[in-house]
Amino acid sequence: MSKHSNILEMRNISKRFPGGVVANNDVTIEVRQGEVHCLLGENGAGKSVLMSILYGLHHASDGEIFLRGEKVKIASPKEARNLRIGMVHQHFMLVPTLTVAQNVILGQYPAGTVLNMIPEVSQKLVELGRRFKLPVDPGALVMDLTVGEQQRVEIIKALYHGADLLIFDEPTAVLTPKEIAGFLDFVRHLRDEGITSIFITHKLDEVIAVADRITVLRDARKIGTVLAAETDPSELARMMVGRDVLMKLGDVRHDVGEVVVKINGLSANNSRGLEALSDVSFDVRAGEIVGIAGVSGNGQSELCLALTGLLESTSGSIQIDGEEIARLLPRGVAEKGVAHVPEDRHKLGVILPFSISENMVIHQFRKEPFSKMGRLLKKNISEYSRALTTEYRVRMRDTEQPIGDLSGGNQQKVVVARELARNPRFAVINQLTRGVDIGAIEFLLKKILEARNKGTAILLVSTELEELFAVCDRILVMSGGRIAGEFDGGRENLEEIGMLMATDVAS
Amino acid sequence: MRYAETIKSLGAPVLAIAIALAFGALLIEVAGFSSVEAYSEMWTGIFGSMRNFSEVLLKATPLILIGAGLAISFRSGVWNIGAEGQFYAGGMVAAVVALQMEGVNAWISIPVILIAASLAGAFWGGIAGFLRARYGASEIVTTIMLNYVAIILTSYLVTGPLMEAQGLFPQSDRFPQETQLPRILSGTRLNIGIYIAIIAAIVSWYIISQSRRGFSMRAVGASPDAARYAGINVNKNIIYSISYSGALAGLAASIELIGVTKRLFQTISPGYGFEGIAVALLANNNPLGAIFSGALFGALRSGAEIMQIGAGVPSVLIFIIQGLVIISVITLGTIRAYRKLRPED
Repeated sequence: MSKHSNILEMRNISKRFPGGVVANNDVTIEVRQGEVHCLLGENGAGKSVLMSILYGLHHASDGEIFLRGEKVKIASPKEARNLRIGMVHQHFMLVPTLTVAQNVILGQYPAGTVLNMIPEVSQKLVELGRRFKLPVDPGALVMDLTVGEQQRVEIIKALYHGADLLIFDEPTAVLTPKEIAGFLDFVRHLRDEGITSIFITHKLDEVIAVADRITVLRDARKIGTVLAAETDPSELARMMVGRDVLMKLGDVRHDVGEVVVKINGLSANNSRGLEALSDVSFDVRAGEIVGIAGVSGNGQSELCLALTGLLESTSGSIQIDGEEIARLLPRGVAEKGVAHVPEDRHKLGVILPFSISENMVIHQFRKEPFSKMGRLLKKNISEYSRALTTEYRVRMRDTEQPIGDLSGGNQQKVVVARELARNPRFAVINQLTRGVDIGAIEFLLKKILEARNKGTAILLVSTELEELFAVCDRILVMSGGRIAGEFDGGRENLEEIGMLMATDVAS
Repeated sequence: MRYAETIKSLGAPVLAIAIALAFGALLIEVAGFSSVEAYSEMWTGIFGSMRNFSEVLLKATPLILIGAGLAISFRSGVWNIGAEGQFYAGGMVAAVVALQMEGVNAWISIPVILIAASLAGAFWGGIAGFLRARYGASEIVTTIMLNYVAIILTSYLVTGPLMEAQGLFPQSDRFPQETQLPRILSGTRLNIGIYIAIIAAIVSWYIISQSRRGFSMRAVGASPDAARYAGINVNKNIIYSISYSGALAGLAASIELIGVTKRLFQTISPGYGFEGIAVALLANNNPLGAIFSGALFGALRSGAEIMQIGAGVPSVLIFIIQGLVIISVITLGTIRAYRKLRPED
């Protein structure tokens, strides 16, 4: 009943996880035979989950999948492979100590017959490599290969098993700029060979460069499918980051207090050793909220970590009230009056098994009134915690229950309460509203404004433009690890900011 | 205020022990013995007389000390499998120091021995802690390796430099009388070591749950990244926690040596260091709980001997029961964690 030009249709797919998280909400996509189809969306928009459902890693709560015109049920990756679907994961599924050929046949055939097959498999891999312009050395050990080469092995592995529908999960995230260019060429070549690709990404320039059609997801829903030839980065950016309009919560202020934070020529590497932050300079004044806009992965995370002592910068200086803090450890930075609401709440922001009270004092437990002569004063800690959770309207049973029991929004309230209660000189706030419901968003933004009005210098990093427009006095756009532009905090700059976010100044 | 939760936390271990004893009974029957007779002999072995019960406490002493120490290490996210080696390290130093104490007042000699042995155990654990903190070497591997080093070093000492004057057996000379740990029950070998163990467990509980240091250690154990974010020195706390557990293992060795064996020999530990891991796990890494789980394992060990003599059941069956206790505890814990993860469906 489906059109023959569609190799794949996923209809009305919904995925609800236990605990109430909805990852896909009634999403329908159609992928045409032989096209490069991009799935575009912010982190957490539901792209990866949708593709995991297609590959049998997750099971949809609702919805149907039609493959090559037939309705299919895909219970496991093995069934997906039998249906000629291949997936190249962001984290490669290769055994480093085996050779390329061994990895390709791993787990596919009965034991005993495998070793005899190596020469034959190697031969076929070389042929495939020639056909797809994807040269591999079947005898090389995977651990000796570069990341780009390992990715090639993943692709050729899928092709070897006959896949003609390939899913790439953020394939360029692990590559260097030069490798990215080569990879995009290769994807075009796959299309010429009749292979259909679904390409998950949140990078607009890549989408424009390689896609035939683009489906945008946001907040678990499909926003729309557009032809690459008929769209432009700013439209895509709007589709991707737009959300319900927030009211402007505070007036934009100019020429506020004295300069508190002076950042000069700051550079830093990401965890893979690539430069993620390049020569960034700006100031934040007392009583001012400076927003950092940008598509995620453009150096914002590294900026926040470097500012708070969690990531060593490679060059540049950070001054708080004229004092250099770039070489200090996290505790030293905190003692200079720097607060930090981290982006990754579960990894950094809270200690999940700890109680709400304990989480409230993780910076301050060493000092009175929270401890004395090496002993924790639990009564004082609880009292402090009760006062703050009341002020922030944290919904909970009592302050001694593990913070892991709370919803994401309530956890974030605890983090923000903890950080702002220290009356910081400078607050670094990254993704304040991630995983937080609308009601709590406005509440938290008002608290940020309160802190601003008390004279705190605030850096608010967000991928949600609406959040920035709601409270920022100035907005800086980050792209490719650099500051690409500076704007007044008014909404009138939306178009221009969206455009700037979409262009990668580094490449 | 939180009695309900305390009782709840006791539920799992008690259930685990019941399950293990039930399976144990089955095994005893399968092996061709009467489980009723075997368990009643075991009961006698544990509670039958003051003497029997004192042996239980004697065997529990090192287990409580080691279990309480390991509980702190595990809570800090440091998987110290080397309490056995730290016990031997403590034992060697205790012997060397004790042999020098001829004519020294017991008020001086005993504390000096206990402290020296604790330091030795702390040092032995600290090596693995340092390697983890400085080079990221897995403490699971290094502590296991250091076990062999300490055990073989002990063998070398008792067959070489410290071998007894007569040169008959691979053991040291008898320690001087001044080093004998005071006995607390006449006619038995029970000594003040049990008091020391209980006090050490209470101190350990205070450290981990009531002190500033414990807060840091628990933070490091629960989430090293978040601990770093909070300005806690992760490496320092790793070294502290493993050294602390090493110190209690070393202390346990010195109590065993000057309280019971009076000599250093090759097998001063029948596996206390490994059984201590089970003691800590059964106590859910709560040092206070280690007092009870240590006593339980001491009882099983002591009762097993009587069971073997009285009912003819091989005491190895007791080791199976001990193993079953641990498997049950872990299984019940896993089930609980699983239920918590998936409240519905």
